[in-house]
Amino acid sequence: MSVQHALLGLLEQQPHHGYDLKQLFDKYFAPDRPLAYAQVYSTLGRLEQRGQVRLEAVERAEGPDRRRFAITDDGRSELERWLFEPLLPEPHLQAALYAKVVLAILSGRPVEPLVDAERHAHLERMRELTAIRRDGSLQIALLADYCLFHLEADLRWLDVTAARVEELRRQILRVSQKR
Amino acid sequence: MIARMGVSLTTGRSEPDALGRIEPGGGSPPVVISAAGLVKSFGQTEALRGIDFSLARGEIVAVMGPSGSGKSTLLHCMAGILAPDAGTVTFEGRQIERLSEGERTRLRRTAFGFVFQFGQLVPELSALENVALPLLLNNVKRSIAEAAAAVWFPRLGLEGMERRRPADMSGGQAQRVAVARALVTEPAVVFADEPTGSLDTIAGEQVMELLTAAAAEQNTSVLLVTHEARVAAYAQREIVVRDGRVSGAAR
Repeated sequence: MSVQHALLGLLEQQPHHGYDLKQLFDKYFAPDRPLAYAQVYSTLGRLEQRGQVRLEAVERAEGPDRRRFAITDDGRSELERWLFEPLLPEPHLQAALYAKVVLAILSGRPVEPLVDAERHAHLERMRELTAIRRDGSLQIALLADYCLFHLEADLRWLDVTAARVEELRRQILRVSQKR
Repeated sequence: MIARMGVSLTTGRSEPDALGRIEPGGGSPPVVISAAGLVKSFGQTEALRGIDFSLARGEIVAVMGPSGSGKSTLLHCMAGILAPDAGTVTFEGRQIERLSEGERTRLRRTAFGFVFQFGQLVPELSALENVALPLLLNNVKRSIAEAAAAVWFPRLGLEGMERRRPADMSGGQAQRVAVARALVTEPAVVFADEPTGSLDTIAGEQVMELLTAAAAEQNTSVLLVTHEARVAAYAQREIVVRDGRVSGAAR
């Protein structure tokens, strides 16, 4: 799960305070594992250093100042790059893949290209593993099988997600309107 | 361990393979069969909505996509089993839909082979007779046809089972017989529609190993319809059919 890209995706919608970002992040990406405030601020700090977000305003309220951040053009192109570049096909990618799908929906981008790119990357890796298991010993074949089954499971999840993307889009957009 | 394996055992799949094949494109093997603008409807349902696709000589391509996406319809149109409403299928320079029904039947017998999910062996015939059948239909003498069929059995892992009927074989064994029957005429193209669909993992692997290795030796192209990624990984590339169209850039 890439916290920095998730934050960029949320900031692409509109500028936010760190507090809002944490609430949104927890709601969309990690209802079961809330993000620590410290991580939100340290991530924002890193993004700011790289010029991918900028401090838009400091609001003085009761208590500490509230710093509002906005995405920059560099941040937008980094988000774009990450979204459509397939992840390295290794098992257990679900959190990162899920984040990509949600961010594509939130930002009104099509989901199919990223699903197709990921499927293609997965199948490339599975072709390599199939060749390895064909030419290797049984031990190698069984280890390759382990990877193949997990990559296949990821792909099945992607297929199910792709098939239900319209439903997911409606639910996510409903949640984001309710805020 | 697993992660390290990926690094140390990576194969160079973009290199030309043993037959000198690289990616389709300039300087690559000739196209053996292609579809252009294929459209096919069943009543109100548009199964294919403009498909362009081509298969090179010796190439193995997986056709993936959700149920009802049009994968099998694409296979049936390319094999000349179904006539498209619009568009053309060209096999070795000839448009299939312009052939007479008799010529199309001859093409299916001599130049194409088929493997389906189930029920394709003739139950009254032995395994050996099933493999010999396409040769007999092409007027090869029975003794020659059966000798050619017998050659396959050691490779199928079915030596000694030549006289068994399909009903006395396991699903995996019967499917290996079906693969031999599809390849025995050394066809230009094998159309395989979910060939492992009714098998368990290991039996399915044996079928795929057999199909892909034997097709490669004969330089037979394979159009492989499957929804299983592990099966698709035996192909050299994949296309994804979604809502009757080829998704993404790959053709």
